Amino acid sequence: MRAIVLELLQLALTVALAPLLTGLVRFVKARLNGRRGPSLIQPYRDVIRLLHKDVVLAENASWLFRVSPYLIFTAVWLAAAIVPTFAVGLVLAPTADLIALVALLGSARFLLALAAMDVGTSFGGIGASREMMIASLAEPAMLMVTFTMALLVRTTSLPHIAEFVLTHDVGIRVSLGLALVSLMLVAIAENARIPVDNPATHLELTMVHEAMVLEYSGRHLALVEGASMLKLVLYLSLIACLFVPWGLALEAGDGRAIAIGIASYLGKLAAGGVLLGVFETSIAKLRVFRVGEFLGGALLLALLAAVFLYVSQGL
Amino acid sequence: MLSLAGGAILALFILSLLALALARSSLAHHLVYGGSFAASGVLAGAALFGLGHSGPAETLTLPIGLPWLSGHLRLDLLSGYFLLVVNLLAALASLFGWQYGRHEKEPQRVLPFYPLFLAGMSLVVVADDAFIFLLSWEFMSLSSWLLVLAAHEEMDARRAAYVYVVMACAGTILLLLAFGLLAGANGDYSFAAMRTHRLSPLLAAGVLALTLAGAGSKAGLVPLHVWLPLAHPAAPSHVSALMSGVMTKVAIYALVRILFDLVGPPQSWWGVVVLLVGGITALLGVLYALMQHDLKRLLAYHTVENIGIIVIGLGLSLAFRAEGLAALAALALAAALFHVLNHALFKSLLFLGSGAVLTATGERDMERLGGLIHRMPVTAFTFLIGSAAISALPPFNGFVSEWLTFQAILGGALSETWVLKFAVPVVGAALALAAALAAVCFVKAFGVVFLGRPRSDAARDAHEVGRVMLAPLAILAALCVVLGVLPSGVIQLLRPLVTALVPEAPVPLEGTSWLMLIPLGLERSSYSGFIVLVSVALLAGTLVVAIHRLASDRVRRGAAWDCGFPDARPATQYTASSFAQPIRRIFGSVAFGAREQVEMPEPGDVRPARFEVAIGDPAWDGIYAPLARLVAFVAGKLNATQFLTIRRYLSLMFAALVLLLMLVAVSQ
Repeated sequence: MRAIVLELLQLALTVALAPLLTGLVRFVKARLNGRRGPSLIQPYRDVIRLLHKDVVLAENASWLFRVSPYLIFTAVWLAAAIVPTFAVGLVLAPTADLIALVALLGSARFLLALAAMDVGTSFGGIGASREMMIASLAEPAMLMVTFTMALLVRTTSLPHIAEFVLTHDVGIRVSLGLALVSLMLVAIAENARIPVDNPATHLELTMVHEAMVLEYSGRHLALVEGASMLKLVLYLSLIACLFVPWGLALEAGDGRAIAIGIASYLGKLAAGGVLLGVFETSIAKLRVFRVGEFLGGALLLALLAAVFLYVSQGL
Repeated sequence: MLSLAGGAILALFILSLLALALARSSLAHHLVYGGSFAASGVLAGAALFGLGHSGPAETLTLPIGLPWLSGHLRLDLLSGYFLLVVNLLAALASLFGWQYGRHEKEPQRVLPFYPLFLAGMSLVVVADDAFIFLLSWEFMSLSSWLLVLAAHEEMDARRAAYVYVVMACAGTILLLLAFGLLAGANGDYSFAAMRTHRLSPLLAAGVLALTLAGAGSKAGLVPLHVWLPLAHPAAPSHVSALMSGVMTKVAIYALVRILFDLVGPPQSWWGVVVLLVGGITALLGVLYALMQHDLKRLLAYHTVENIGIIVIGLGLSLAFRAEGLAALAALALAAALFHVLNHALFKSLLFLGSGAVLTATGERDMERLGGLIHRMPVTAFTFLIGSAAISALPPFNGFVSEWLTFQAILGGALSETWVLKFAVPVVGAALALAAALAAVCFVKAFGVVFLGRPRSDAARDAHEVGRVMLAPLAILAALCVVLGVLPSGVIQLLRPLVTALVPEAPVPLEGTSWLMLIPLGLERSSYSGFIVLVSVALLAGTLVVAIHRLASDRVRRGAAWDCGFPDARPATQYTASSFAQPIRRIFGSVAFGAREQVEMPEPGDVRPARFEVAIGDPAWDGIYAPLARLVAFVAGKLNATQFLTIRRYLSLMFAALVLLLMLVAVSQ
């Protein structure tokens, strides 16, 4: 019963927080640029406005184009429901381990790239091609991070990793540091952030994610945008769960522990959002073909993290 | 059950003779495909019954074979599993071919050899001595060679068939030598004798090398894969599906039978060799696939990738077994055998789908297709499921077996051997990269062929194919979903089989229930495709209802936006080559020596600009081309010996005789 209530709470919480986090990142960036920027809740208004608008479908759009936004949003939502954010012991947690979680996000991306190619415009193709190129490098890096965690804690199940880190003295390790850096690089690439992609761009030739969703409108666009907001929450939650699980309510935790869990989760998300805003402001966008080096670096760091663990259990 | 299976195989041989006799009549067509469908169905049923039936393996002794060795057949769990895989797919491909083959220009070049091919494959997996094994192996090779030659008026098909027959013969010779080593000096060629015969480490290593090269050339291990992307696409599509989806699995059967059953306990370094070969095969296979724009050739290169994944599982299993990590060895073997079934399903689905596209449009070149989702909805939907399954996306079946392989790889952390400790994460990275690149490749394949706007008149005027061809597609797509969502049925089939091959291991995947896949314990990892599917359906359903009720459900149709400059010409769309360009930029110059050439006319010149890409296969340029030149050179020199006088021939014979006698004298 507890597991089901927690799960429903988490499903609601992640969806409710997603636009706020995006608003926070935009707010921080605007302030650092010396602008006042829109209010924190502007993304909520945008999503609601889009939901009420008509959908304008391109003449040759197929059923795939119409079905994809729902499936993409749901896949990301389900993934977000599996990561322990404020408490372990969610009812859906055994559905997927870290590897299956990555693959679930892969399913969402597969559909989005196909939907981008459905109308048959050149921008859809360019976006899909580049997105898949980025993903093909980010996904292995992510799996190598998983590998490192699995070497250290002997499990890929997220609640068990968090519990292990909480209850054992893992200490500060070189390989964990490398894995963290690698995971952050992957998160930046997967969420279409600077320096890999620019979420605020209006220059067609540099767009990746935005080029894919050009043909979407109305509620479909709201869902696709919502999915990318949710994905940002998901990745920050994942980093928090793997590397800073402190505050997480454990299996036996009572109401007070859960309250602490939610408060610390909100704090972690806010900190992550501010850091992301600062990072994005302080770096320039890469050329598309330098992205390979960026993500190749992530892959090598993660591989190095795994190898370090082999060479010395102490590092 | 074995006698029933033997009867069905005999019926296939008779069908082949009947088809020869009836030649071009339409009766032959119905007889062959209907008969093959029925015989394969019987064989699949017999295999399934044999798998469910516990007890000692059935054996059958045939009155044919070598004089001192009558033919032996045996149906144990391993044979039963592969017999099931072969014939399930054979039945569906026969159904597809029933309609697909109706417009064959020269049916007499296909019909007699098709049942022969099926019979050969079934006979290989139930053979219980080296003679019957190699004989049926050759039936399988040569009949499929003849099927590749069905389109003999095309230069490409003739070249493909030539390369294929050379590679197939070389492979059989290597296997023959492997069996020779296994049989030992006394030369007992029955498998039962080989099991008891223990080899010295050096000879066992020889068996490993010969088997990897012999069976590996049939399976398509890099660098022995070169014939595969030539020959598989050249055959009629239902035969391509069988060659790619099933015949490569028969080669995997040979690997498993010899390395896990006949040769005895593995040495510690074997696993690492097999593992590395698998990793290289998986990665290079998918990279080559990405560069293709011929749909069937792309699929054939993906077979190379998936064989790599299966061989990674086999290698892990051998390595863990040698190290005493029996539970992990069982897990890796179960993952590999599960992937055998999964790959057979989705690869056949995709090849049959490409056959449907070929029937509807006459095109295999992806650059001339597009927008088929509107005109061929059922084919498109099933091809989409196949694409998602081969890209290892949940909740489809390809993901289950790749996930299990990953779980086994993560177990490599427990290993004590240094080589293995370093090989395992590197192979893990290669597998991850291959899985991610497969998704890129199938976004490209599905996106370019079925989505967007038609790039040629043929694609614009396409029509959905007939029901008899759609039925196997639908069945295969349904199986891809069912095995992904409820994999426990296959796990139950695999458990006794894996235990028989790795007897020291506990029951593999012990905690697994119908709902949840648990490889090594719930606290280690778990996955449930069923919950993924049900929760996605529930959440998406709620979303649709909520948004349509509370917000808006109106839809308008309008012109595509395309940033305000929509161009009506379909040529402005991304093509297969342009889609793969970023990957070509990243991996191209190293992996395939890709050369891009842009020819931009001077200002004022009205010629169109040209862009050319040349892709090479390093295995071909680096190994086969020099080898072919060497053979041609030696043959040219030896040509002179064709025109000697009789005296010279006699003296050559005399010299040879003396040489042989000297050899005998020295060896005594």
